[in-house]
Amino acid sequence: MNVNVPPGSISNSPQPTEWPEGTLTRVPFWIYHSPDIYALEQQRVYEGPVWNFLCLEAEVSKPGDYRTTFLGSMPVVVARDSDDEIYAFENRCAHRGALIVLDGGGHARDFTCVYHAWNYDLKGNLKAVAFEDGVNGKGGMPKTFCRSDHGPRKLRIALFAGLVFGSLSEDVPPIEEYLGEEVATRIKRVLHKPAVVTGRFTQMLPNNWKLYYENVKDTYHASLLHTFFTTFGINRLSQKGGMVVSPSGGNHASFSFVDKSTQGNDYAAMGLRSENEDFKLKDPTLLDNADEFNDGCHMQILTVFPNFVLQQIQNSLAVRQVLPKGLGETALNWTTFGFADDTPEMKTRRLRQNNLAGPAGYVSMEDGAVGGFVQRGVAAADGERAVLEMGGSGTTNEGTRATEAAVRGFWKCYRAHMGV
Amino acid sequence: MAGITTERILALHAAYTRCIDRNELESWPDFFLDPCLYVVTSAENHRAGFEGGMIYADTRGMLTDRVMSLRDANVYEKQSYRHIVGMPYVIKNGGDEAETETPFMVMRIMHDGKTDVFATGIYLDVVHAAGGDLKFKKRVVVCDSSRIDTLLALPL
Ligand code: FES
Ligand SMILES: [Fe+2]
Repeated sequence: MNVNVPPGSISNSPQPTEWPEGTLTRVPFWIYHSPDIYALEQQRVYEGPVWNFLCLEAEVSKPGDYRTTFLGSMPVVVARDSDDEIYAFENRCAHRGALIVLDGGGHARDFTCVYHAWNYDLKGNLKAVAFEDGVNGKGGMPKTFCRSDHGPRKLRIALFAGLVFGSLSEDVPPIEEYLGEEVATRIKRVLHKPAVVTGRFTQMLPNNWKLYYENVKDTYHASLLHTFFTTFGINRLSQKGGMVVSPSGGNHASFSFVDKSTQGNDYAAMGLRSENEDFKLKDPTLLDNADEFNDGCHMQILTVFPNFVLQQIQNSLAVRQVLPKGLGETALNWTTFGFADDTPEMKTRRLRQNNLAGPAGYVSMEDGAVGGFVQRGVAAADGERAVLEMGGSGTTNEGTRATEAAVRGFWKCYRAHMGV
Repeated sequence: MAGITTERILALHAAYTRCIDRNELESWPDFFLDPCLYVVTSAENHRAGFEGGMIYADTRGMLTDRVMSLRDANVYEKQSYRHIVGMPYVIKNGGDEAETETPFMVMRIMHDGKTDVFATGIYLDVVHAAGGDLKFKKRVVVCDSSRIDTLLALPL
């Protein structure tokens, strides 16, 4: 609906754009549904000095393999060329702007735009223009036209532990520095050998991307919104956990491990130990956990600003890519994985434990909906703000998960990029 | 041996979808043998040969646990499904066990009335005439799309 209102005829205040006074403990609700902010995020976050997660190296493992993805709203092609290096470029033809690659991925020697057949190599260089010299001496491109002056924007690539990151910025720090030492170590802990993809699916979230990103960093809600473990009497109290936040505030890892001084590391037994017969898992093999990283840590959730999540929930491993698809819509791209040397038992374990996460995840299906509850809840609350005071006002590492430190870290990082 | 006929398969599908659409999930595991295989996946993953899915259960106990979890642990807005199931295509009928492929469409009706096509796809089934009653030995739900809107709570 488009209603024309004469200027000055409405007296209420315009949409506020000032961040509320004070610290990181307040988040104004207009940040989730302002079109201006959305446009600015494309420039300042996604195309700014950040490393965007693009895909797994395993998804472009052979020369000629390619996948399409996004850098915020920008369509991107990731390809491995014959020199065995990975390249990424904007999926936009230099001619009139059509998508160069139309499908999700595959294998190719080069790419030809369907519209007028301009041709690109796997690095994104424009190699041929159809009828460049015209036909029968007529038409064609001017003599001054130089193919190398034209092409889609190219991304810088950083590879880390089998993850492919891309950036349009010349100023983004090297990947290790960008991740921060502790987060980098915790990525390598899980991706300590090449990943093998076992499935992909997309969950469409009815909310702004930031609400999902906050949610992943929100260790406070875990045992309150998600009651699967407590309902089934799987004792969580004896667990120790903590969190690290990178110096930028943008990356984090939260983790928990069983306190071996009070418990065995036997989940199946814990499921069986439930007091209430009615709330006992009929098939506790679901929780038959193997300590595959040999450190007793059975759960680790990790983020890298602005769009990456690494999940280890027991033996369920996945990467999640968070992509904005509009003010109130977000695509969450899940890629589950295992390792080439997984035993048949480990494969079965992962298949079963993948029930714990994802759109139908016992532990986390709620995360697909809760962002929408906020998006709908704040629809008319532009002048109001969220309160983030759990665990104080800091953004530093905490020995507890009863804190909103990582969420405040997100806003610290986000505001630094956005200048809001 | 009673034998498997198209009519019996149709009756099984009708009872299965009625059970879910009437929110009688407690009876849903009874449609399966134990052990069994119930997987919800996408056409893309199925084509790629990936065994797993968004839901994966290889025992009836796991199906019962899912129902308990949906009833007592998980949080989701009130919603219901309306399954429309097409004609089963019989791939193989060995008398007491048959392999079939059946198209489906599921509408999701939210508590506020919002109604969407939630999923379309095919059921890849192995049905078994165990002790007279037809049951699923295997039901792989292959959704045409790899996208799930918001969350997948109720089974397909
Ligand atoms: S738009 Fe690609 S060749 Fe014309
Ligand atoms: Fe959560």
